[in-house]
Amino acid sequence: MAKRSAPEVNAGSMADIAFLLLIFFLVTTTIETDSGITRKLPPIDDSEEEPPILKERNIFIVLVNSNGDLFVEDEKMEFRDLRQSAIDFLDNGGGTGDEACDYCQGAKDPKSSDNPIKAVISLQNDRKTQYGRYIAVQNELVAAYNELRNREANRLYDTDFVDMEAAFNDSEWRGDKEKLKERIGIIKEMYPQKLSEAEPKK
Amino acid sequence: MSKFKKKDDGGTPAISTASLPDIVFMLLFFFMVVTVMRDTSLKVQNILPFADQVEKLDKKNLIMYIYAGKPSPRYQETFGTEARIQLNDKYASVNDVQQFIKEERLSKREELQDKLTTALKVDKETNMGLVSDIKQELRKAEALKINYTTKEGAAELNLE
Repeated sequence: MAKRSAPEVNAGSMADIAFLLLIFFLVTTTIETDSGITRKLPPIDDSEEEPPILKERNIFIVLVNSNGDLFVEDEKMEFRDLRQSAIDFLDNGGGTGDEACDYCQGAKDPKSSDNPIKAVISLQNDRKTQYGRYIAVQNELVAAYNELRNREANRLYDTDFVDMEAAFNDSEWRGDKEKLKERIGIIKEMYPQKLSEAEPKK
Repeated sequence: MSKFKKKDDGGTPAISTASLPDIVFMLLFFFMVVTVMRDTSLKVQNILPFADQVEKLDKKNLIMYIYAGKPSPRYQETFGTEARIQLNDKYASVNDVQQFIKEERLSKREELQDKLTTALKVDKETNMGLVSDIKQELRKAEALKINYTTKEGAAELNLE
């Protein structure tokens, strides 16, 4: 018998097979990074103590009713005006003496908040309010805080507050984290996020 | 006879495609590695709302997921269209949330237990009543760090 060399395996279709697999994984892949609005819930308070009474002018009531209409301080408001009016409220700085706010740039209206430290935004909703609407409103209110914090961070440290926080949470970030933490703390103290989410009434 | 005789080949030589499978395999491995198969199958409709003031949730193993929304079309016959909570792979009631949180906590290492975040993946058409009930249960279970998971986009998109 003549010795024959083994015939070469035709690898031409290898690429096709690999492509097939590749396309399968391409289609099934969902590169998900979850992102969202992070909030902290208040702990349940069992004590009988009366909560401190807040002055009416320091509370900014935002209500989203079951039809999705937006009411701010009992008056109907368009959604797109919400952010600015929240900023106006927080940044008002109408207080005098001990309660004066030296970094506020607001109108100093005596009928609006004394100081951002005292200002509370109360977000209320009905049980029938749609979640999407609620998130939209919540988003605008967080945006108002972020805008003010960014402004102060730019004035003091020449950087955005949002970027500072992102750098702080990034484990790859090389830099002085202690200092960054301190700076974030200072800005947060200037505009504390006092956003209360009340339980729905009806 | 010159020593440097020009090779006489008519036309352009064929491009070798021998390395093509290698390239494709490389891509294939990349996608195989980055693919994360979902560990829970969704039983509820889950169209998330939009928001643009978002923070990223990085540490995947420190997140507990709570889904809510109305049942997916194929379950609607048996479960109706009332919005429900989904924990792991099952429908659950509001009362199960606390137990779920406890179990999730126990499955994590002790030093990580207080760093857990609860991600609420709630369909945008859900009523706030259900969400509030979940929030109330989370407060009772002392899982106070929550994240309303959203898609990135302008908030106005939610109003349509």
